[in-house]
Amino acid sequence: MSNGMLRRAQWAARAFAGYDRAAVDRIVAAAGEVAARNAARYAEWAVRETGFGVAEHKTLKNVACSTGLLAEYAGHDYVSPRADAATKTVSVPRPAGVVLALTPSTNPVATVYFKILLALMTRNAIVVSPHPMAKECCSDAARTLAEAAVAAGAPDGVIQVVEDPRLPLIEELMADPLVSVIVATGGTPVVRAAHRSGNPALGVGPGNVPVLVDRTADLERAARLIVDSKSFDNSILCTNESVLIVEDAVADRLVSLMRGAHPLSAGETGRLRETLFPGGVFDPRFVGKDAGWIAGQAGIRVPAGTRVLLAPFDLAVPEEPLAHEKLCPVLGVLRVPSAERGIDAARAVLRIAGAGHSAAIHSTDPRTIMEFGAAVPVLRVSVNAGNSLGGSGVHTNLPISMTIGTGYAGGSSAGANLQPGDLINWTRLAYHVDAPFGDFTGLDPWSSPEGPVPRYPEPSNARAVPAATAPATPAAAGPDALRAEIRRLILEELASMARR
Amino acid sequence: MLDYGLFAYASKDEVLEKSSAYWNPGKTQFWIDSGVPLVIDRREGYFLYDVSGRRLIDVHLNGGTYNLGHRNPEVVAALKQAADHFDIGNHHFPSLARTALAEALITTGPEGMSKVIYGSGGGEAIDIALKTARHTTGKRKIVSIVKAYHGHTGLAVGTGDDRFSKLFLADRPEEFAHVPFNDLAAMEAALRGRDVAAVIMETIPATYGFPLPEPGYLEGVKGLCETYDALYIADEVQTGLMRTGELWAITKHGIQPDILVTGKGISGGVYPIAAVLVSERCAGWLTEDGFAHMATFGGAELGCVVALKTLEICNRPETRSIVHHASDLIGRGLERIQRDNPGWFTGIRQNGLVIGLEFDHPEGAKHVMRQLYANGVWAIFSTLDPRVLQYKPGILLDPSLAEELLDRTALAIGRAAEEARS
Repeated sequence: MSNGMLRRAQWAARAFAGYDRAAVDRIVAAAGEVAARNAARYAEWAVRETGFGVAEHKTLKNVACSTGLLAEYAGHDYVSPRADAATKTVSVPRPAGVVLALTPSTNPVATVYFKILLALMTRNAIVVSPHPMAKECCSDAARTLAEAAVAAGAPDGVIQVVEDPRLPLIEELMADPLVSVIVATGGTPVVRAAHRSGNPALGVGPGNVPVLVDRTADLERAARLIVDSKSFDNSILCTNESVLIVEDAVADRLVSLMRGAHPLSAGETGRLRETLFPGGVFDPRFVGKDAGWIAGQAGIRVPAGTRVLLAPFDLAVPEEPLAHEKLCPVLGVLRVPSAERGIDAARAVLRIAGAGHSAAIHSTDPRTIMEFGAAVPVLRVSVNAGNSLGGSGVHTNLPISMTIGTGYAGGSSAGANLQPGDLINWTRLAYHVDAPFGDFTGLDPWSSPEGPVPRYPEPSNARAVPAATAPATPAAAGPDALRAEIRRLILEELASMARR
Repeated sequence: MLDYGLFAYASKDEVLEKSSAYWNPGKTQFWIDSGVPLVIDRREGYFLYDVSGRRLIDVHLNGGTYNLGHRNPEVVAALKQAADHFDIGNHHFPSLARTALAEALITTGPEGMSKVIYGSGGGEAIDIALKTARHTTGKRKIVSIVKAYHGHTGLAVGTGDDRFSKLFLADRPEEFAHVPFNDLAAMEAALRGRDVAAVIMETIPATYGFPLPEPGYLEGVKGLCETYDALYIADEVQTGLMRTGELWAITKHGIQPDILVTGKGISGGVYPIAAVLVSERCAGWLTEDGFAHMATFGGAELGCVVALKTLEICNRPETRSIVHHASDLIGRGLERIQRDNPGWFTGIRQNGLVIGLEFDHPEGAKHVMRQLYANGVWAIFSTLDPRVLQYKPGILLDPSLAEELLDRTALAIGRAAEEARS
């Protein structure tokens, strides 16, 4: 079964690798457009199927991973060769081939969108293996994008989905030599299995995000951003803040400014700890549930509209459950005497879990920000930004990504936010330093297909003369108009978020 | 030393000597004389290995028997698993595996099919189809094409070329009329007397070198069958099971046959079995006298399990897509080779991965076969038209093997031209 999918993908990849930029742009635009059009539908479906998160927030991510992604990479070209007379080299992009994409239950459809569009931008075939808890919405989304891509001229089989993802099958797929690269997002076991498979793998580890607020911070802004970010999608993302570390001098004021966040007493924190971590182990019933419901389960009364529960504790050590990743809108709170001790505390949080992932800091002192960045072992720090949309590049200028490389500290070969460029290699044609460089102007080894790929196997004595026209594609606006439209849509979405 | 446990030979020469002495001297000598002294040892995927260790890409595949590759792991696993529970079974009783396969064949088959009758090989299945047609229509005469080939059993051999019937005094011209292929007027003349039970057609006549039906020909034959009350039997032994990019090639012509015959590939290459699919109209004898045709091995349950797995693999969307991709690549590659060999490589007859290569020499395909063999490819000439080479790549082919196959083919075709003209 698995072998048939990968072989089909191999054929699709072979054909796709010869497409020129115009054809690729048409395909990416068509898939991105249908993805954006279905953003809300799949967001609701994902919440319904998994029971995790907030549909409205998932819609935002789905838009970011369709419209937003297209905007971000509108000017980029991962297809055409580049000649550089200065270095006497020509660089020819070479797609990976067959991408095996493992997608998580927490961030299901956005990750499917993200990985598919990256694969299409780089002329790769992709086989999506969704998390079993989210397989219905993810399979449907992958099929929708596949239909749009093929209708726009992509080769048959360019996007496939594992309809019944079971562990033995996924392990068999990961180890198959037909896979060119595995892009694994999920729990630590899945990521480790990807790295163990013998195939090249871009796996990303878990997060456990510390956020430091020092005495120089704009407290009002920090309070709002942290509550918004922590409550985003009911905190099931690897980028949601896990532990708030705050300087004593401003702690009370910060907490008082955190509208929608409910500070728990020591007794309430104890009850919540027992409820969330019975016997010290996290109860998965709480993944992605809202704060009010969680409080209710712990027998804690909170005001209506509570979005985040603030749970104070004293020391970030492994036996303190609240110092671990919580995947629900419960934010651990640690008070520290100084920013310096706060940096130590952030390191302590990451010793428990989440090294290489991300952290956040709210401060106006570049010295503290620099020290934090140098000392805390993560590969991205959101500065004066919420980390849930900061680390993934929606509210910062980091690359928009649903796959956050955790690097060597996090047991991963990928250290940056996954980008299209990660799915290609470049062949370098390098002249002798003394040899005259050739003129490559206007040379393009690729072409647009002349009809469906592959052509239908008509008998050779009945085959029609090949049509010279390109396949029908949705009317494409000029690139500038498209980009402007995309920007407008994103800003609208973000504005509506902020108004909440 | 060639040691296989139960038997052993000192050398390949000893195998060939004993093969002549105890088995078939004519065949053994033919291949030695043809420059193809092949004794197959290991077999895996689309590769065969001579006992000398030499590797060959198999594009003969015994008419599609090895469509899914030699010893396809999924098929072999199904057989092994089945052997822990089933055996050949008792052909008199309703059976688990036979029923499951029959249901699968009918639900995936062309519209209008109703029941399945089993044989242990293609020839028997053709006999069953012809007997069924005679029972259904109450008529005796069968029409097939000149140079047809439908097997070697009692009735089947009568539908084919004299080459295989006269030797055994098995030709029966009064019952079996042969008309030229692609000639609707001749077909109509044969049917006009309304005394014909059935026309039997391979959707693409294999042993004749895959001459393609002209657009409209098969549809025309089906129309004539309806006009003159003859049944249409589609022999899909070689063209079925996704080889043309659809499960049954006949459906590409929009034809609903009255009877469809499958064999070869349905065995998965590991357990002999063949099947006849019949419409409700033709299924009458199964109710009237269910014991009328019997075969101890027909529909052996082990074979049914293997066939069920084979059918499932053939029917996967992945398989269909691979066939379309591979047909496209191989077709374009062959066109390129043809352009490089004008006047020698004169024609490509292609429908999906059913391909005949036509050469401008009465025995052209024998030269090409020999050169291909020398260059690591096994493909066979068409017995009934040795100008044409049968070229049948597997339906789960991968792109790199397809490219390698084309490279070897290009060289062999060029060399064969020199050989044939010297």
